[in-house]
Amino acid sequence: MKSKMKEKAIKLVFTSAASTAILIVALIFLFLGNEAAPFAKVPGLSELFGQKWMPVSFEKESFGLLPLITGSLLVTFLATIIAVPFGVCGAVYISEVASRFERELFKPFIELLAGIPSVVIGFFGLIVLTPIVKDVFGLYSGLTALTGALLLALMAIPTIITISEDAISNVPKSYKEASAALGASELQTVWKVTVPAALSGIIAAVMLGMGRVIGETMVVMMVTGNAAIVTGSPFESVRTMTATIAAEMGEVPFGSDHYRALFWVGIVLLIMTFMLNLVSHRVLKKYQDKQ
Amino acid sequence: MVVTELKAIKVETKVRVRNTDFYYGSEQALYGINIDVPARQVTALIGPSGCGKSTFLRTLNRMNDIIDGTRLVGEVMIDGEDIYNENTDVVALRKKVGMVFQKSNPFPKSIFDNIAYGPRLHGITNKDELTAIVEKSLIRAALWDEVKDRLHKSALDLSGGQQQRMCIARALAVEPQVLLLDEPASALDPRSTARVEELITELRKDLTILIVTHNMQQAGRISDFTSFFYEGRQIEFGPTKRIFTNPGEKKTEDYITGRFG
Repeated sequence: MKSKMKEKAIKLVFTSAASTAILIVALIFLFLGNEAAPFAKVPGLSELFGQKWMPVSFEKESFGLLPLITGSLLVTFLATIIAVPFGVCGAVYISEVASRFERELFKPFIELLAGIPSVVIGFFGLIVLTPIVKDVFGLYSGLTALTGALLLALMAIPTIITISEDAISNVPKSYKEASAALGASELQTVWKVTVPAALSGIIAAVMLGMGRVIGETMVVMMVTGNAAIVTGSPFESVRTMTATIAAEMGEVPFGSDHYRALFWVGIVLLIMTFMLNLVSHRVLKKYQDKQ
Repeated sequence: MVVTELKAIKVETKVRVRNTDFYYGSEQALYGINIDVPARQVTALIGPSGCGKSTFLRTLNRMNDIIDGTRLVGEVMIDGEDIYNENTDVVALRKKVGMVFQKSNPFPKSIFDNIAYGPRLHGITNKDELTAIVEKSLIRAALWDEVKDRLHKSALDLSGGQQQRMCIARALAVEPQVLLLDEPASALDPRSTARVEELITELRKDLTILIVTHNMQQAGRISDFTSFFYEGRQIEFGPTKRIFTNPGEKKTEDYITGRFG
């Protein structure tokens, strides 16, 4: 009888620990929704679909989210296409190619890179990378989407390397032996057997890296120039959703339309990361079904 | 004695090994191996665990190369060519000398892609050609009838016995001349084992087969020649019939009759 009670108590502890996460997510949704909701009545949700984000104006304020969304997407997309090849190749190198000595040499550096505060990376970008981007591409200003993407890629690469490397190292040795026995070179084995077999882990790594990129605030605020324009060019200045919230939330009058619009930015950001998770789950599942 | 025995039945030598030592780092695993493996015969390698028979098998397609710090001294000749020569093309060697492992190891791909893996590596991209190779290999491995309707399903869904025959088919797809089998049936049930044994007997017509086995009955049933390894040395080599009925060495007799091992 007593042990049964104990059993129940233990179960309760674990259940409540796990539920906390759900509860907090629900609370965040509730809070965001609550703050954002009045905007739907005045000035109306259609305002959000505008092409212009000009929340402070003497004539007419505009709360179009499009430039912020495209800004975030552009930076995320660029950062991903830069980070994925580097991250995956780095992981392959560390787990399959490097000697033990090289591995021991590289790993601490990668871990260190993951631990650098984003404001330091932003500072480095501002002082070092921005002039380089400006000179190399002959631009008026080095504060561009590309500059932000390069730095974000730098931040995503350690995540991608560490998790992909785990996945690649976990591929059974028997696959590699089978491949070698059929006459595959080491590199052929890596690309045709090891990486495909580790793909689910690699996709998870990329998604986590992307999650870090899309949510990153400080670096993009420092180096992308923060001009809220709709553009697809990596050489233009952009303003991301995260940077908008961080930059404007501190000065916005409480309860104003602008204040509520910023909560809508937050909701859209949340939905986007949620979709990213959903898509990655789908991709993973599809891949696993195929096996 | 070995030479006279072989001459008596007039078989050509496919693999000739001379004074071969093998090391894992500083640890010696094989001592002065000499063996003439006859072509298109089944040669069984027997001996207690850790006696070096698997290591020896893996020297023949240089699979030991992928283990760091291994070293071979001596001569391993296949068709008269030293495969440990600097100029040896390991890819070509492994195409010629196929291998099947103790534990079946299908890739997490479809059956078709598993079998086509080797041919694709060696440059065959034509779909019809690949399809023909896949069919032929599966027929040779006596698996075609069981899988022909699900070639594009995952190989991991096959039963253990089917997986192992698929691995044999995968090895056959690159048209090897020598097939190395490392305890191919040790993880299989008796029925699957019987099928694999039948298959080996069938393949013997065009292939030189070396099989490592712990199963004395199996060695007796399917092999033409037997080599007995003990503590990294080859104790005895000869026609299976003679080794089993009239072993020349006391150790061989003790092992075969189950006194140790």
